[in-house]
Amino acid sequence: QLALFRFTVNRPFSTSHSSVDSKEMKKFQLLAHKWWDEEGEYAALHSMNDIRVPFIRDTLLSMSSNYHLGNPLSGIKILDVGCGGGLLSEPLGRLGASVTGIDPVEDNIRTADRHKSFDPVLAKRIQYKSSSLEEIVEESMETFDVIVASEVVEHVADLETFIKCCSQVLKPEGSLFITTINRTQLSYVLGIVIAEKIMGIVPEGTHEWEKFVPPEELEHLLESNGFSVKTVNGMLYNPLSGSWSWMESTSLNYAVHAVKCGARAQSHTTDSPPETDSQQRSATAGTA
Amino acid sequence: LGHDIHFYDKKIALLEAGPRKEYDHMPDSYSNRVSSISPGSVTLLRSCGAWDHVCSLRLKPFRRMQVWDACSEAMIVFEKDDLDDMGYIVENDVIMSALTKQLDAVAARVEVFYKSKAVGYTWPLPSQSCDTSPWVQVELADGRRLHTKLLIGADGHNSVVRKKAEIKNIEHQYDQSAVVATLHLSEATDNNVAWQRFLPTGPIALLPLSDTASSLVWSTSHDHASELLAMDEEGFVDSINSAFWSNVNHSDFIDTAGAMFRSAISLLKPSGTAVRQLPPSVAKVDPESRAMFPLGMGHATEYVQHRVALIGDAAHRVHPLAGQGVNLGFGDIACLAHHLSAAAFNGSDLGSLKHLLRFETERQRHNVSLIAATDVLKRLYSTTLAPLVLLRTWGLQATNALPSVKVRI
Repeated sequence: QLALFRFTVNRPFSTSHSSVDSKEMKKFQLLAHKWWDEEGEYAALHSMNDIRVPFIRDTLLSMSSNYHLGNPLSGIKILDVGCGGGLLSEPLGRLGASVTGIDPVEDNIRTADRHKSFDPVLAKRIQYKSSSLEEIVEESMETFDVIVASEVVEHVADLETFIKCCSQVLKPEGSLFITTINRTQLSYVLGIVIAEKIMGIVPEGTHEWEKFVPPEELEHLLESNGFSVKTVNGMLYNPLSGSWSWMESTSLNYAVHAVKCGARAQSHTTDSPPETDSQQRSATAGTA
Repeated sequence: LGHDIHFYDKKIALLEAGPRKEYDHMPDSYSNRVSSISPGSVTLLRSCGAWDHVCSLRLKPFRRMQVWDACSEAMIVFEKDDLDDMGYIVENDVIMSALTKQLDAVAARVEVFYKSKAVGYTWPLPSQSCDTSPWVQVELADGRRLHTKLLIGADGHNSVVRKKAEIKNIEHQYDQSAVVATLHLSEATDNNVAWQRFLPTGPIALLPLSDTASSLVWSTSHDHASELLAMDEEGFVDSINSAFWSNVNHSDFIDTAGAMFRSAISLLKPSGTAVRQLPPSVAKVDPESRAMFPLGMGHATEYVQHRVALIGDAAHRVHPLAGQGVNLGFGDIACLAHHLSAAAFNGSDLGSLKHLLRFETERQRHNVSLIAATDVLKRLYSTTLAPLVLLRTWGLQATNALPSVKVRI
């Protein structure tokens, strides 16, 4: 899924400083109606639920002492950034959480809204909004218990700002879950050449290798922005069985669980969005 | 499922064509529809709290099963080494009553619609499209409509769910009907053995109900079955006794060959031959208890589809000669419940093919071999041709001598 940033000074009009990559948005717009075809273009994301939902669920359960197995995430407020068609929001909602899903591509939100509308239980538990993370920061300071950014940070222009915003909307001691792809030779060969061009597991052009994030970099960014990284796990996709599993090595896909430090100190955040030099930072992030 | 913790906030509807059946104590006479419940099925019934009710109503454990041929002396005996029960003979009504009680206990989640009939089904398209509901719609005879994420077809071998879902069924009618009845034995005995004898016309089985009563399941040709039903009670009882005791189908050749093989076995494996016990003789039959129903075999090519799953006889139908029909169904239930529970705990959409396919693969692997074996046995034992009789005689004797094979069975 996708999380894009608009570095806007005046909403709702984006200025020329916007780092919304219209190319990225278009990619996902074209496939907006394909989200819920379990055997279609997004099949790998559907089957990723088999490991990422238990990962999130079990981590949260282990951190809490009173929960009901029949409604394990009840009372937990989750923000699903880059929710796409709601593939991850729905299972989390079914487990009892109150989920807010945001995605800048309106068609995605429309698809997600329609899909949840048929289920009376989900319709109440999940709210979708077409928006970027930044846009909700002001109204959602320290609102969420959990943020989930799954398959998002590899599409983001400015990762540090993204993380800062996560920190702002997350309650102290709240959890941040990220799944993404590492930037290695292996991930180029398997993740782009084979997955996209040859096997078509991922729609072609979805990913740009330069934007992949090595776990060391992600960890560094998290730790220097008020997070404590608790878990890093490698993930592996088996194209023959269509299923995901955990793996020691993080050279391909990996998942991270980090917790926002409890202290309320927010040293250098400002409410207004950052300046233009962040554009240059995003350009340098592209170098291997 | 209603008792599963992960289904805490789910809603389940059960459509039952029959009336509600609950008993506080059983009537004196036994029902003529009984099932042999395996220990595995007991585990399932115990897990939802129904087994205790069964025990408090009525059941008969058996320790031993003797199966033998009418055309030879070959015989195989099953019994557990520890003096545990091999299985239980339970009237179907008893099981229904026990389950009804347990359904009441979870009435908050499970709603049972007694005497209901589904007249129409609307299936969803597999991928999301437009504004039509992505769920299954069921229209009831009384006009009510139900929407569900998962429809489980447990409606027997003529399953309407299966037909409407257009799942192909491989089926074959046997030229046989089963005659059931409740019998009274000539004298009270420690009735803890199940008896089955393979006659050329079909197997006849005596399943213990109490120290003085047993249930009859006699699979035979349609004509013979009708005759048996039409006979007076004495004639009926005589037929049963002679079926179990008479040796008219033996031939010297087979007997000698069988005896030779048996001595060979007792040389190789002294414990491999068992003593043949004699089944009890029957004195009387319960007047209203005679009934017959046709037999067949069937297997659905698919057990699952998007938002649909078939279990029990709707998915597979088997000859009663192995006493496994209902146990296969219970096995399906245990497996499906396990996968659905895991899916629920993962927050998955319950009708999603992913976990349904896992259920299908697991059960098909298990069921197909058993159904095929039962069918083969039925055909093998339907003949008096000497070579086949010899083959099965030796086969049976050998199997009797091999504990590892017997345990698997």
